[in-house]
Amino acid sequence: MNRSTLAAVAVAGAALFAMATIGAHAQGKDTAAEIEKYRQALADGNPAELWEARGEAMWKEAQGPKKASFEKCDLGVGPGVVKGAYAHLPRYFADTGSVMDLETRLIHCMTTLQGISEADAHKTLFGGPGQRSNIEALAAYVTAQSRGTVIDVSLADPQMKKMYAMGEKIFFYRGGSHDFACATCHGEDNKRIRLQDLPDLTKKAGAQKAYATWPAYRVSQGELRTMQWRLNDCFRQQRFPDLVFGSPASIALTTYLAYNANGAVYDGPALKR
Amino acid sequence: MPDPMKIRANQLGDATEVKVLMSHEMETGQRKDSQGKVIPAWFIQHVDVTCAGKTVLSAQWGTAVSKNPFLSFKFKGGQKGDKIVITWTDNRGEKRTDEATIA
Repeated sequence: MNRSTLAAVAVAGAALFAMATIGAHAQGKDTAAEIEKYRQALADGNPAELWEARGEAMWKEAQGPKKASFEKCDLGVGPGVVKGAYAHLPRYFADTGSVMDLETRLIHCMTTLQGISEADAHKTLFGGPGQRSNIEALAAYVTAQSRGTVIDVSLADPQMKKMYAMGEKIFFYRGGSHDFACATCHGEDNKRIRLQDLPDLTKKAGAQKAYATWPAYRVSQGELRTMQWRLNDCFRQQRFPDLVFGSPASIALTTYLAYNANGAVYDGPALKR
Repeated sequence: MPDPMKIRANQLGDATEVKVLMSHEMETGQRKDSQGKVIPAWFIQHVDVTCAGKTVLSAQWGTAVSKNPFLSFKFKGGQKGDKIVITWTDNRGEKRTDEATIA
């Protein structure tokens, strides 16, 4: 074999390799496009609306030992005001002296306004077989009232600044049996789990797209899921210890994500696979 | 009492488009719970839709329909202001009826 044939073989080899990568890439794109088509087909009849309707009824119904509705519940923009409230959460609440996200604030209203015990308020955090979640329905109703509102979370309060810094630290903190951090999957472009493209949450575009579409109806589970659920399940997937519902860690992470998503038009509750 | 349906009915030219979201478990009877026991089938069997008292859709459903089903269909002969009445019946004999007005 002379030198020129060798070179030709090498070139042919390189071309074959290039074709193979292009093929794999095109296939990945097709899958993403097909999933997008599937999402659009489903978007018309998002079952999240069923949760919104149930949440609205719950919001207005007098419940608990104090026979009170949520209509005096202050989500940060005045008692009973839900319109646009979610776009400014999490926020610092002077009455509790702490930063709260939507879910913890709802539980706060249940225990203070309605007189429901902490234990009872925490009974149905997540829906599942044979169990419907009150929090998921209420969250669906409240967040739907912010659809079309620009997300604007302020760090002006020093407590919020502290929460954001803590959230950022947790986001990049590697640990657990797999030495994972949130950033392992969500710190780079074009990462995926199975066929699901993962957003890069360290970049504005990624954080906006992700945060603006939670809570969401998960078709595979037949349930509407909240941000607290999303974070809880991310921790499970990382093999981290259970993320306690409404814990400072969960609110810190939500604050980090929400602030990074500032400027996006809120578009939830959305529909996810 | 089952949850209400979400119904939207819009007149598009000479056709009426109806979109319905129903709240139902739609158990297939094929799944098992954590104890390994079969979860009994529980699904919507009949869907009937009338427009101004006249049947415009009558369907028999089975277990292949998803949880919280979404149904969309068009029919001719409806008019703005007509009342759409939708009823589903499941295999336990439970029923739910809701109505909407064509907009």
